[in-house]
Amino acid sequence: MENIQIDKELDLKGEVCPFTFVKSKLILEQMNPGEILRVILDYEPSVENVPKSMKEEGQDILEVKQIDKGLWEVIVRKVR
Amino acid sequence: MSFQFTEEQIKRYSRHIILPEVGGKGQKKLLDSKVLVIGAGGLGSPSLYYLAAAGVGTLGIVDFDVVDFSNLQRQILHSTDRVGMPKVESAKKTIQALNPDVNVIAHNEKIHKNNVMDIIKDYDIVLDGSDNFPTRFLINDACFFLGKPLVSAAILRFEGQLTTFDYRDKNNSPCYRCLFPEPPPPGLVPSCQEAGLLGVVGGIMGTLQANEALKLILDIGEPLVGKLLVFDALHTEFNVVKLRKDKGCPLCSENPKIKELVEYEQACDVRF
Ligand SMILES: [Zn+2]
Repeated sequence: MENIQIDKELDLKGEVCPFTFVKSKLILEQMNPGEILRVILDYEPSVENVPKSMKEEGQDILEVKQIDKGLWEVIVRKVR
Repeated sequence: MSFQFTEEQIKRYSRHIILPEVGGKGQKKLLDSKVLVIGAGGLGSPSLYYLAAAGVGTLGIVDFDVVDFSNLQRQILHSTDRVGMPKVESAKKTIQALNPDVNVIAHNEKIHKNNVMDIIKDYDIVLDGSDNFPTRFLINDACFFLGKPLVSAAILRFEGQLTTFDYRDKNNSPCYRCLFPEPPPPGLVPSCQEAGLLGVVGGIMGTLQANEALKLILDIGEPLVGKLLVFDALHTEFNVVKLRKDKGCPLCSENPKIKELVEYEQACDVRF
């Protein structure tokens, strides 16, 4: 997963559910299909919830990974 | 598509944005839309309140009455300390306290033949919550001539009625005059003093009107076109009957008798 080209990055440190998803969704809506968004989260429940809600909306989750202590990244490709 | 919401707006509308059928795109549509509500009374109170909460960006309100104690049993936009205040002003205060995103346009005037087109022309959708036949016919005919969708509701005693006339597509929508070609003669309808009403019926039907308006703005679901919904509060029953386009309708048939606005006399001046 080293070769993923990130088109947009969203730092959601300090944000909790459901606003982590709401803010990710607002950015995704304004991106083009095929483009890739990287979301940074520090709220643990969001690490499960954000990818789950994105999948329900038909987006493609490429990666969910802990990148530091209490810090995670979600990489998603906009499908629709 | 691009949109910029403030932090406050993201929080305020998050439950909308989460819905796949709405999203940021739909919320922007709501903020850009203009809805006119006729009457800030029993029907207009709940419809305006929910449309304001939903973030409909421009809400026009037409009413020339002042708040009276007899309104407060159902007209939830108003309050005891507002008795004597013009209803449009009271409604504006309540709406702005709820949602500063909403631009409220107060039309503190009686609707008649010579102002109805001007009042309606800049709005996307009209909700009729008026309490008399002359106004209903004027609103209907004006919406028909201007091609505006009209969400019509009426309430009496324990019953409510609702339908949507989509005058953007006149060939496929019946009109109000397919249902009632002319106002009923005085005496056939209960006089205003006899017009009892369980307040909550207005709340239910007005809220359904707001639902119709939101669906039309968002272009989701199916509007209640060609169907009349009848609510029976005593048995908590909803029934839907089909409405047909009347081939002999004085307004929407191929050879209409009515080609311009008609003003009817109001039989009773006691207002509630
Ligand atoms: Zn007709």
